Amino acid sequence: MFATVEGARSAWESIVAHALRSFLTTLGIAIGVASVVAVIGLMQGMQASIAAQFEGLGGNSLSIAAFTPVEDRLKGKVARLTPDDLDRIAERVDGIASITPLLSLPLQAMAEMRHGTQVAFAAIQGTTHTYQQVYNAYVQSGRFLSPTDDQRRRRVCVLGEKTRENLGLEDPIGAYVEMGGEWLKVVRIMESRGELFGISQDDYALLPYSTLRSMNDPLADTDIAIQVAIAEGADRTAVKARITQLLRHGHGLQPGEPDDFDIQSPEQISAAFGQIGTALTAVVASIVGISLVVGGIGIMNIMLVSVVERTREIGILKALGATRRQILMQFLIEALALAVLGGAVGLAVGFGLAAAVTALVPSLPPAAVPLWAVALSLGFSGLVGVAFGILPASQAANLHPIEALRYE
Amino acid sequence: MALIEMNGIRKSYAMGGQRVDALRQVDLAIESNEYVAIVGSSGSGKSTLMHIIGCLDTPSAGNYRLNGQDVEQLGEIELASIRNREVGFVFQSFNLLARADALRNVMQPLIYRGVGFGARRRMALAALAQVGLSDRAEHRPNQLSGGQRQRVAIARALVASPSILLADEPTGNLDALATEQVMALFDALHAQGHTVIVVTHEAEIAAHCQRVIELVDGRARSGSG
Ligand SMILES: Nc1ncnc2c1ncn2[C@@H]1O[C@H](COP(=O)(O)OP(=O)(O)O)[C@@H](O)[C@H]1O
Ligand SMILES: [Mg+2]
Repeated sequence: MFATVEGARSAWESIVAHALRSFLTTLGIAIGVASVVAVIGLMQGMQASIAAQFEGLGGNSLSIAAFTPVEDRLKGKVARLTPDDLDRIAERVDGIASITPLLSLPLQAMAEMRHGTQVAFAAIQGTTHTYQQVYNAYVQSGRFLSPTDDQRRRRVCVLGEKTRENLGLEDPIGAYVEMGGEWLKVVRIMESRGELFGISQDDYALLPYSTLRSMNDPLADTDIAIQVAIAEGADRTAVKARITQLLRHGHGLQPGEPDDFDIQSPEQISAAFGQIGTALTAVVASIVGISLVVGGIGIMNIMLVSVVERTREIGILKALGATRRQILMQFLIEALALAVLGGAVGLAVGFGLAAAVTALVPSLPPAAVPLWAVALSLGFSGLVGVAFGILPASQAANLHPIEALRYE
Repeated sequence: MALIEMNGIRKSYAMGGQRVDALRQVDLAIESNEYVAIVGSSGSGKSTLMHIIGCLDTPSAGNYRLNGQDVEQLGEIELASIRNREVGFVFQSFNLLARADALRNVMQPLIYRGVGFGARRRMALAALAQVGLSDRAEHRPNQLSGGQRQRVAIARALVASPSILLADEPTGNLDALATEQVMALFDALHAQGHTVIVVTHEAEIAAHCQRVIELVDGRARSGSG
C-alpha cells in the first residue's frame, strides 16, 4: 500500500514533468478508447430504439408468414398463406383474441397514389379493424377501418402521416385519393411512428383487406401474413402448436416434410436484432482492442526511452536504498497511470463524439454509453498499461547501481 | 570486532577479453567512529573500494564483513536495506535528483524505509537545518551553488542516521570556502559518533582525518593521520 502511494506520487511527478510527452504518449490509448466509447454509445442508442419499435408490436402475439424451404425453392415452388388459411385459423383455433390479415400487393410493395396533381408512393397493405389492437397503433384523427368496411369492401383507406404529407392533404379526412384507377376515401391519419435508420415509418396506406383483394386480379396468387393476438389466459405455445397442426394439414404436408410457414413471437424478432447488435459490438470491440494494443506499444516505447534517459536517476535511487521491487513498482505505476489517464481522456472525447454525431444526424437515436463500457475501457487501458509497462519497468529495476550511476 | 573488515578483496573488470584489476588484494579494518581518509593516485581504485564498502558493488573475490555480517551472503533486498540504513553516500558529482527540490531530495531515502510523508518532511527539514540550508528547502539543484548542492547531498546522506558516512572526493568540485564548510560538517558528524570515510587526493582534507589509508597497486597501505 505504502509502495503504491509513493509510486503514484513519483509517477505523477514525472508525468507532469514531461507533460507534453506524456500527453502524446497517451494519445494512442485515448483515440482507441474514444472510438470504442463513441461507437458503443451510438449502437446502444440504436438498439434501445429498435427495442422500443418492437414494443409497439404488442406483447402477446404471433406473426405467421409463408416460408419456402430451400429444397422447394430449388424446385420452383413458392409457399403461400392464403385467405383460406386465415379462415381456418379464425374458425378452428381456440385462445385467439383477434386475428388480423396483412395483405401486401403482389410483386411490388409500393404503389402510386394521387391526390390532384400530387403523386406519392406508399407501402400498401390490406388489413382489418383488429390491426389497431395487434400493433398498438393510435389514432391521430378520424376513425379506423371498421368491420363493415371489410364486409362491404368499402373504398376507404387509412394513411400514415408521411403519406398524407406527400399527397399534400391539408384536410385529409373525407378527401379522396386515387390508387390503381380506384378512388379511395381517407377515413383516418395514423399517429407518427418516427424514423428507424433514417427511414420514415409513416409512409404507408392501409385498406380494408377485402377491398384490396377485390382490387387485385382475383386469380392472382395472394400471399398474406397473419397476426394473431393471444387471448388473455391462453397458452401461446399451445396456440402456436394448434396453428402449426392446422396449417400443415391444410397445406397437405406429410410427416417429415418441413413447415412451409414460419410462426414468430415479437421477442424472437427483437432478440434477432439484439444478436445483430451484440455481434456488431463485438466486432467493434475487437478492432478497438487492437488499437489499444497499439497504444500500449506506444507507451512501452516511450517508457523504454524514459528508462534510458533516467538511468542515472535510477542509480541514485538504488544508492539511496531503493530495492528492485520498489523501482519496478514506480515505473509500473507510471505506465499504468499514463494508460488510465489516456483512457479517461478517451472516455471524455468519446462521450463528446457520440453526442456530437447524434446532434448532427437527427435521424440517429440519442447515444447511450452504458456503465460497463466505461468500466471496460478504463480497465482495459489499465491492463494495457501494466502489460506494456512490465518490460521497461523490469529493465529499470534490474539496472546495476554503479553502472547506472556511471551512465552518461 | 571491527565495523568494516576486508580480507583479500579483489575487483576485476573484463576489458576486451583482458582482465583489469581495479583492486588486487585489499586487506583493511575500520573501527566504529573512526575518521579515515582514503588516498591514492587517480585510477588506483578508491571509488571502487568505496562502492564495495557501501554495498553498491560486490567484490570479485575476497571476504567483506560489515558489522560482523558476511556481505556475500546477503540478498538484493538486504543490500538495499544496508544502503538505506547503514550507509550514507556523498558523491563528488552530488548526484541529486534534478527534478526534485532540496527538501524532496533529502526526503527520498526515507521513502524506502517506509516513513510516512509528514515524518519524512520533518526529518528532512531537520537534516537541512543541520547543514545550514533551511532557507533553501524549495530550491532545485540547478538553483543552488556547488557547495550548497553538496550540503544537500550530505543532509540526504545523514537523514536516515546511518552509522557510516562514505564521501568520494566530496570537495573535488568545490571552491576553498565550500570545501571548508563541507569538511567542518564531516568533523561535526564524526564528533557526533558517525564513522566517516573520505576519499581525497588533497593533503589538507586528509589532515582532518585520524588515519590515512593509501591505495597503491591495488593494495591498501595503512599510514597514520
Ligand atoms: N566499469 C568498469 N569497467 C572497466 N574498468 C573499470 C570500471 N570501473 C572502474 N574501472 C577501472 O578500475 C580502475 C579504478 O577505478 P576507480 O575506482 O574509479 O579509481 P579512482 O576512484 O581511484 O580514480 C580504473 O583503472 C578504471 O579504469
Ligand atoms: Mg574515483
